[in-house]
Formats: sequence, structure tokens, C-alpha cells
Amino acid sequence: MELMKLLECFGSLNCITTQVTSALILGMVLFLVASGLSLIFGVLGVLNFAHGSLYMLGAYFTYTLLTLHGNFGVSVILASIGVGVFGVVFERVFIKRIYSSPLLYQLLLCYAFILILDDLVKLIWGYEFKNIGVPDAFRRPPVKIFQSLIPSYYIFILTVGGVVAIALWIFLSKSRFGKIIRAAAHSSEMVSALGINVNLVYAGVFALGSFLAGLGGVLAGPVRSIYPGMGASIIIESFIVVVVGGLGSIGGAFVGAMLIGLMRSFGIIGFPLIEESFVFILMAIILIFRPRGLFGKKAV
Amino acid sequence: MKKTFGVGIVVMGFLILLPFLYYSQFMINYLTQILITALFAVSLNLLIGYTGMVSFGHAAYFGVGAYGVGILLQKYSESLLGSLIMAVVLAALVAMVIGFFCIRLGEIYFAMLTMAFAQIVYTIVVKWTPMTGGDQGLIGGIPKPPISFLGLAFDIGTPLNFYLFTVVWVIGSFMILKLVVDSPFGAILKTIRDNSLRTYFIGIPVKLYQWIIFVIAGAFAGLSGALMALFISGAYPDFTYWTKGAAPIFMILVGGMGSLLGPILGAAIFNLLTAYITMYTHLHELVMGTVLVIFILGLKKGLADYLLESERFKRWSSSLAKKKPNRIGRATE
Repeated sequence: MELMKLLECFGSLNCITTQVTSALILGMVLFLVASGLSLIFGVLGVLNFAHGSLYMLGAYFTYTLLTLHGNFGVSVILASIGVGVFGVVFERVFIKRIYSSPLLYQLLLCYAFILILDDLVKLIWGYEFKNIGVPDAFRRPPVKIFQSLIPSYYIFILTVGGVVAIALWIFLSKSRFGKIIRAAAHSSEMVSALGINVNLVYAGVFALGSFLAGLGGVLAGPVRSIYPGMGASIIIESFIVVVVGGLGSIGGAFVGAMLIGLMRSFGIIGFPLIEESFVFILMAIILIFRPRGLFGKKAV
Repeated sequence: MKKTFGVGIVVMGFLILLPFLYYSQFMINYLTQILITALFAVSLNLLIGYTGMVSFGHAAYFGVGAYGVGILLQKYSESLLGSLIMAVVLAALVAMVIGFFCIRLGEIYFAMLTMAFAQIVYTIVVKWTPMTGGDQGLIGGIPKPPISFLGLAFDIGTPLNFYLFTVVWVIGSFMILKLVVDSPFGAILKTIRDNSLRTYFIGIPVKLYQWIIFVIAGAFAGLSGALMALFISGAYPDFTYWTKGAAPIFMILVGGMGSLLGPILGAAIFNLLTAYITMYTHLHELVMGTVLVIFILGLKKGLADYLLESERFKRWSSSLAKKKPNRIGRATE
């Protein structure tokens, strides 16, 4: 009986550590994608349906850079910046034209780009699954924490994700540009009346959001398989994260991502068949009692 | 109401007579496919075009209808009509449950939630292998027992008969839906689309109306899915995957969402385009996506909207209306 396995797992420190680690890995990648999604929505008011495709691009860029160059660190940085640049171009050429359009058109434009980017990826990189594999620098004995073995690459993901989360938080709450971003989210007209170039802020936010999604893809690349359509599956999870956490809230995205990571990794032991449904049930419950999500503001 | 039935019956009569005037296997299959996909697109347009509810998970009800009819006929039932109706009811019930949660939310959350729920349906379809065949889909063919009607047995096994069967169901559905959107109920839906807050202020239970139309749209999507499953004699998990929702959204956008005709026109264009594109390239979605971008950024309206809103068409239709004598015999103006 699977439920017994779950109880057994709760009884052993080893199992708990392993599952919590995998939950954190999943949660961290989800957080990176969802925080970008949430940030872009909060400031630009556009729900970027194509955000998952940016995550996919991040993974593919890493793949190419690794085959060309070989250095993992350089590839990580270049690939995420590459996705950020792609995001700016995407925003300046397409997204900016639909800020005042009805919601349907905004969603559909992003949706069209999911289709386009998926096929472009197939055209450039082919249909088959790609595997990056854990980079050489991390091919060392796993770290031992509470009697359980944690691969060192996992520690790397957690460190990078944690640093980015803290940096993002400090950036948004303390720095001047962060304050401008929060002000623009509140009232972009007022910000522009104060002599700040709002277009630049928008482009910057889209770049930052894309960079975060790209970084998610880059970090997940070595531990997950890379395939066209990987964006379409993560976007659903990211939506759940932002629905649970509250659209437009970065802290909410973090809590939501970690919650979902935990539910997935423990759910798969106890209820392997319906593990995915748990997340949806969580979402449904939260929406009934807190329709704006755990940390959502009243008026979105 | 009379006019709707008149036009509907003329169209139905024409489509039924068509294969007897000119018969080609390709045309019959092609028309069947257009009719089924058009019903799917029209049902989605009830939400998007008429009520302003952007649903991205409409594929779920199409899939429930398809799997419903397939599983019933393969395992439980001998009656074709019974199974078809059961499948539609099933799709409506699923839409009722999902709609209960989704209509509580604003438009953006609504779009995300419908999509997430469609994903649950997809997961269930893939994981419930003993019932649905899992990844493989419902294979092995769906039996199509003859329908006995007034003592006559009608076998929908042949392409021609299946086409006639589809014509009756689809055009019949269009007539019902036309009545729905032209009714006071339909007028309230459009009011909700234009300003849901004011609609609420004049004392209309907005959420209830949204829920009802959500269930209606789900039921007709289910019918469309059930007909599709019978047509291709199988059902696949892809039917319920949310990116498959691209097809009806494409049809609505290209055809136009302001009328019932728009999505039907869009379905014809979509099927034609698909047939041509697949001849030249597998990058079907790249082309579809590009066409979508052109329509969103360039044309901003569907083809039928351009036609129906053009001055020439308005003059033509108003001249038609003037010629018609008033029923009571008094001048209208």
C-alpha cells in the first residue's frame, strides 16, 4: 500500500531529506519561472502565456552553448542573458502593441508565440529529446546531509536560486530602479508624469522576467530532458504557483512554488496515480477561500 | 425565430441533397470534418465572443465527449443515440463542476484556471489506462450499431450516412444556438461581455448566467467531440491537451467572433489550410501561429466581422428587410 510508504517515509530522516531536497529543486525552478511571470504581470498587466517558451529557450541555449564552448558557468550566464535579450526584442516588437488591447488579444498573441517558438525549436534543434547531463564540475561524490546523499549539482541549483530570490527581493524593495518598478506597477501614468521613461521600465521588466525564466530553464537543463513543448507543461505549473501565491506577488510566488514542490515530491510516494491532481485540489481550495491567492492584493 | 428555423432547414436540406447532386468521397469527409470542428468553434465562441469569457481549456469537454461516446459504445452500450446523448450529458456535467470554480474569478484567473482544469482532464485520460487506453488512446475502433428510427434501421457506418447524420446534429445544434444567442438570455450574455459590473448593478445574477453558458458551451463541445470520435473511430489524449485548443481559437479569430457564422467560416478555412500546409511542411503550428499574429496585430477582426460590418452588406441586408412585408400589414417606419 502506497499510503504506508508515505508514513514510513515520514518516519525516516533519510527519506524526508531526500524528498525535501527534490521538492526544493522543483520549487526553485518553478519559482524562477513563476516570479518572472508574476513580475511582468504586476508591472505590464500582460499575462505572458509564452513564458514557458522562454524557459524552454533557456534550456536549448545552454545546450548549444555547451556544445560550442564547453564551459558550464559561462553557458549559464550567456544563455540566461540571451533569453533576457530575446525577451526585450519580443516586448519591443510585439507585446508593446497590445498593451491597450482587450485581454483576449493579449493572451492570443502570447499563445501564437507558444506555437511559433515550439516549431522554431523543432526546426533548429530537431524533434528528439536532448540531454545535457550534469556538468563535469559537479561530477563529484554527493554531499551527505542527515545520512542522505544529495548530488552536488542540486546544491548548486539551490544556491543559485536562493541567491537570485534574495537579490530580486532586495532589488525590488531597496534599489531605486526597483522602487520605480513598484511605482509603475501601481500607476504607470503617474510614473511617466514624473519624467521617468516608462517604456524603458517596461522593457527592463520584461528583460528581467525573461531572464528569470531563462535561468530556470538553464538550471533545469542538466536534470530534466529538453524537448519542444517543455514550455507548455511548465507554464501550467507556473500558473498554479501564481494562482496559489497571488498574481503580482514575488513572495507569493516563492511560497507557492515551494508548496507545490513539497506536494509533488511527497505526493508521488503516497499517491503515485493521482499525485498531479493534489496540486489542482490545493489550487481549487485556495481559490474558494482566497480568490486572490495567499498573498494577492485586493484589486488586480 | 421563424427566420432561424427557415434558414436552418434550407441549409440542412441543401447539405443533405448535396452528395446526391455531386458525390465525391473527399468532399464528403471534408465537409464532415468542417461541420464537426465548426461546432466546436461555435461552442467556444459562446464563451469568448458572446460572453467575453476567455476559456483556454475548452478542449477538455471535447475530449470528455469523445472518450465518453467511445467508452460507452466499446464497453457498456448497444445504443448509438443513447451513448451520444450520455456523452453530451457527461461533458455538460464536467463543465458544470469546472465552471463552478472558474466563474468565480476575474478574466485572467478564469483563463488560467480553465486551462489548469483541462490539464486535470488530460492527466486523468493519460493515467486511467484500463478505461481510456492511456497514451495510446482509445483504439480498436468504436462500434457503430445501426440506429432504428420509426422502424427503419439507419447505419452510420458508411461515410455518406455518417455525413448525413452529422449534418442533422450539427445544423440542428446551430439552430438551437442561434435561438439561444438571439433570445433575451443571449442579450444578457452580451451585456455581461460589454460591462459585467453594470450588468450586476441592474440586478442580473452575472455569475449564474456565466455558469449556464459555460455548461451549454461545454455540452456542445462534448457533442462535437463525440461526433469526432465516431468519425475517426477513436479518441486520443491529444484531444484534451490544452494546446489543441489552438484549433478552435484560430477558427474564431480568423473567422470572426461577432457572429455565429464567423467560427463556421473559420473552421472551413482552418481545415482547408491544414490540408494544404501538411502537404508542404510538418511545421503546421508555425504557420498557424504566424497567421494568428497577423490577425491580432494587423487585421484585428475576423473575416466574417469585416463582411457583416461593411457598409455594402448593411445596405444589402436592410434592403432585404424593407422588401419583406410586415406581418401585421402596417408600415414599420
